Amino acid sequence: MASETGIGASVKRKEDARFITGAGNYTDDINAAGQTYAVFVRSPYARAKINGVDTAAAAATDGVVAVFTGADLAADEIGDLPCGWLVKSKDGSDMVAPPHPPIATQAVNYVGEPYAVVIGETLEAARNGAEAVDTDFGELPAVVDLATAASADQIHESVPNNQAYDWELGDKAATDAAFDSAHHVATVDIVNNRLIPNAIEPRAALGEYDAAAGTYTLHTTSQNPHLERLVLAAFVNVAPEARLRVISPDVGGGFGSKIFVYAEETAVIWAAGKVRRPVKWRAERSESFLADCHGRDHVTTAQLALDADGKFLGLRVKTKANMGAYLSTFASSVPTYLYGTLMAGQYTTPAIYVEVQSLYTNTAPVDAYRGAGRPEATYVVERCVETAAREMGIDPAEIRRRNFIQPGDFPYDTPVALTYDTGDYEASLDKALEHIDYAGFGTRRAASESAGRKRGIGFSCYIEACGLAPSQVAISLGAGVGLFEVGEVRVDVTGSVTVVTGSHSHGQSHETTFAQIISDKLGVPFENVTVLHGDTGRSDYALGTYGSRSLAVGGSAIISATDKIIAKGKKIAAHILEAQEDQMDFADGTFTVVDSNQSITFGEVAFAAYVPQNYPLEELEPGLSEKAFYDPPNFTYPAGAHICEVEVDPDTGVVDIVDFVAVDDFGHVVNPMIVEGQVHGGLAQGIGQALLEHGVYDDTGQLLSGSYMDYTMPRADDLPSFTVDTTVTPCTHNPLGVKGCGEAGAIGSTAAVMNAVTDALGVASVPMPATPETVWRAGRGE
Amino acid sequence: MEITLTVNGTAKTVDVPDNALLVDVLRESLGLTGTHVGCDTSQCGACVVHMNGDAVKSCTVLAGQADGADVTTIEGIGNPDDLHPMQEAFRDNHALQCGFCTPGMIMSAIDLVQKGGGDLDETSVRDGLEGNLCRCTGYHNIVKAVLAAQSSM
Repeated sequence: MASETGIGASVKRKEDARFITGAGNYTDDINAAGQTYAVFVRSPYARAKINGVDTAAAAATDGVVAVFTGADLAADEIGDLPCGWLVKSKDGSDMVAPPHPPIATQAVNYVGEPYAVVIGETLEAARNGAEAVDTDFGELPAVVDLATAASADQIHESVPNNQAYDWELGDKAATDAAFDSAHHVATVDIVNNRLIPNAIEPRAALGEYDAAAGTYTLHTTSQNPHLERLVLAAFVNVAPEARLRVISPDVGGGFGSKIFVYAEETAVIWAAGKVRRPVKWRAERSESFLADCHGRDHVTTAQLALDADGKFLGLRVKTKANMGAYLSTFASSVPTYLYGTLMAGQYTTPAIYVEVQSLYTNTAPVDAYRGAGRPEATYVVERCVETAAREMGIDPAEIRRRNFIQPGDFPYDTPVALTYDTGDYEASLDKALEHIDYAGFGTRRAASESAGRKRGIGFSCYIEACGLAPSQVAISLGAGVGLFEVGEVRVDVTGSVTVVTGSHSHGQSHETTFAQIISDKLGVPFENVTVLHGDTGRSDYALGTYGSRSLAVGGSAIISATDKIIAKGKKIAAHILEAQEDQMDFADGTFTVVDSNQSITFGEVAFAAYVPQNYPLEELEPGLSEKAFYDPPNFTYPAGAHICEVEVDPDTGVVDIVDFVAVDDFGHVVNPMIVEGQVHGGLAQGIGQALLEHGVYDDTGQLLSGSYMDYTMPRADDLPSFTVDTTVTPCTHNPLGVKGCGEAGAIGSTAAVMNAVTDALGVASVPMPATPETVWRAGRGE
Repeated sequence: MEITLTVNGTAKTVDVPDNALLVDVLRESLGLTGTHVGCDTSQCGACVVHMNGDAVKSCTVLAGQADGADVTTIEGIGNPDDLHPMQEAFRDNHALQCGFCTPGMIMSAIDLVQKGGGDLDETSVRDGLEGNLCRCTGYHNIVKAVLAAQSSM
């Protein structure tokens, strides 16, 4: 049904009515009768032994209900926070993960690590109690520098050399051979700067315990409440899944940082059972900086081997990845299966070898942040390509064209374990070149030059693997869970539809996009479709939202359920119309007997299903409600071309983005307005990484960038308006032909900006973030 | 400490601790949870409301300072059936995603347009909103919405 609300239409969002009127329902907006307040007591040291925690004064503080230390959780057999993806080292050994008690017991290993929690009648009482906790620390030298972490003091007793694993992917011998025959080798040394995610809603939790029923209810800011429940039940031992309900209400942004199972909600739900009262916690922003998982933080050397024509022969990548102090929920997978596997990019590079050594440091845990591994991979590949083009005197667009995988080459097996299903990379590049007016760049550069400014242009032709993930592939590579998604389509008696998805929306607009799909497929008015999500009490076990998977996997589950609805509807319609089931057609909300004028509406069929008078009850159950679990057969491969044009003021080092073009291939697009919005937001984060954002620890492990006064978030006046466009090669293996759009902006843009900045300055490299001081120094050859 | 203030046109008297902030009064005492808290350094702007005709960060106003004041929050400017032109512009231009920064952003934007004399352009909107953080939209559509509302307000 091509309509104003169907697939392909920029429908205004259902979500907006509540958000623009202040009627959103975020975790911190929810209060329970008799609730108490939790304040966490956090380590002031990056690394210290806990010799003793004296809680007497805290417990005696006015209004303090209880004080708990790690020992109290341990006494209740509350388990460690696990990492859900087992990565193996080159030698076949398992990764090494240190114990990670939710509340530290023997030692603290990063500034901000919680080692006690105070529960108060009021927030102020809990804060006063937290101040009164008297702790005897034995401070130890902190391991902070990633580059030297392997040879520094051993942080965890069970982890030699501070190494989680030393992983490899690809054919080393073939890659060495490619380099032996190379005409030219381009080398880049890269630091992929640490980022702090900073969803504007801080993490929060409200734990409740019903003593009569023995059940727990946790409201929390999670991107995937079912995963939260699984971990709290199976690993942490709070309660069996059946007695634990996790609800993610409106969530104010995630960007990966709200995927993980953290100490705080774990302690909150456990403490609610201990004090037999609701317990509430909301992070202060300072706590978010210290204790949310950070992102990126790689040190890499990469080399690209080329023949005399600029054809890529081989790529060699050696990376050290910072895990922080503990291995967070999915941390191990980010610099491996979401990174090394992307090193072919959009190119036919025949031989690739990637080595990744993941190391512990006395810093906050590092895990997935928007793009998760794929921005880091894109940065490596696209900095190498740009460097090679400049060193060989080949136009940067031309060198990419010479190496693109061609539309006729799909399905294409890369040397790093992926099979791309479809794409047309040159189409996106051509469109981007047109938007940016590449032909006119020389004139613009000359004009800037005459005004005393330096103009540069930078390209980034990225690819990402999204739609996580084919369960058996992921499990064979170490994933501890399947990665399907569930969708349920409940047709109501009167023909309206309630959709329950396991995928959570925290800005992605599922309530609108999924309603468009249902409206389109079932012919039900858009306004009569309601989408529910974010509650383990409402939906079957599901995997949640990350890796641009919601539409490609969650949407496909809804399509599968819708197909079952239509199939059952045809049986009902055939019975009522006294026709054969295989004679029934369904379109635009009407079941029709083919080659006849006999028809019945979807609403009439729904009513018949629930009021089964003229209905084949002996063959068919009443009701019209179907559910489907969808396991994707492959990843999806969104790809695109981002081009950035900058002007640099050589006197101040200020970089001005004068134009930014993103042309992306997301396959079919359900709601172009929403997709453009996703791209805009991703671009802001990618540009933020390039020019502004940096999570910095000093050499004692104190976080220097621990507030919005110190960590530079992109603000409205830091960014340009963007030119965003799409090309379409439909995904070949999901019913909607969609690929996912949530991360592309953050994946592609960083390299484009840095390629533009280095081009403007005429230097080989500039470290990120390219702040005015950094750029000014780079421009002076410092 | 007892204070009396007018919130969204209605006089309210509340008893709060001496160190309470205006945002605490709104969220905790009056249950107006549309005003959000996103930071602890007065940097993010999620808590912006209007006080005596000016946009203020309600996390940076002591409750006592608001005694006798006229305060308007996001709940006071429109409702789903009768939206303020700025609310409408935000919806029409997809200027919000997760919605968390939105109330503060809208309140700042209204103040900006009201004081902009109809002369706002992209640059002045971006300058005027630099006290409000949004992590979702990249500000692109927010700027569009504010310029659209300038015409409709």
